[in-house]
Amino acid sequence: MVQYSQGRFDASFAALSDATRRGVLEQLGRADASITDLAEKFHMTLTGMKKHVGVLEQAGLVITEKVGRVRTCKLGLCRLEQEAAWIERYRQRWDARFDELDKVIEELKRKEKVDGRKKRE
Amino acid sequence: MDARRESETTPMKNRTTVERKSERELVVTRTFNGPARIVFEAWTKPELFRRWWVPKSMGMSLRSCEMDVRVGGKYRLEFEPDGMAFFGTYLEVTPHSRLVWTNDEGGEGGPVTTVIFEEKDGKTLLVMHELHSSKEALDAAGTGAADAMVETFAQLDELLVTLGASVGRS
Repeated sequence: MVQYSQGRFDASFAALSDATRRGVLEQLGRADASITDLAEKFHMTLTGMKKHVGVLEQAGLVITEKVGRVRTCKLGLCRLEQEAAWIERYRQRWDARFDELDKVIEELKRKEKVDGRKKRE
Repeated sequence: MDARRESETTPMKNRTTVERKSERELVVTRTFNGPARIVFEAWTKPELFRRWWVPKSMGMSLRSCEMDVRVGGKYRLEFEPDGMAFFGTYLEVTPHSRLVWTNDEGGEGGPVTTVIFEEKDGKTLLVMHELHSSKEALDAAGTGAADAMVETFAQLDELLVTLGASVGRS
């Protein structure tokens, strides 16, 4: 289970580490596109774009479908959502801590005010 | 009873953001409604730190919290009831502005945490960096968190079974 999910995260993060591939995801977020469309948009050879799409596909970020002679690419959101989910869990943990920290800070501020008043008196 | 007090002590809730800045780094930011001097105090005095670091919603509590906040000084946090521990060494301590420490519970090459306190108009912007030794280490920390959730749910399942059984008997 650990190994399975780790491999999955590795593939997704590796896929996202490249600016062109992030661009492709953004583009596909707006509309599905063929590999030819994407190659043109990113000023790349067909072979180069095929490689990028292949990496995204392996990570489950993109799914492709061949209709006739055209391969259409679209977003496969599942794994992106999983990554967003663990970042969100991490965020919630710190958010809960910081809500408690707010209370400590308010208390220290009040105490400082009272102490300051005492000193002046 | 507590609701009123809480609304008084937290007049405005600030947003916590988390961003994966690079393959190896997570960054958490949050603004606090107080001067850096006070926020820093809450991060460096164990009796204050232990009050917020393990919120009730985590379902755990600290058995002990030792912090020797100076360069080269150690810290150690131990949880109740299983004794799980977090520990490491302070690498940098700049009063009211910067703290850096290692996280050694996972062995050598654990992440390094840097906390920066930046005061502006009486408020403090806190930026916390968690720098991992490799991309794999950070990915594993993420999946570790996911696995911990699975474990928690498994425990809940067990509890529900036990409860269900006792209800069935009565």
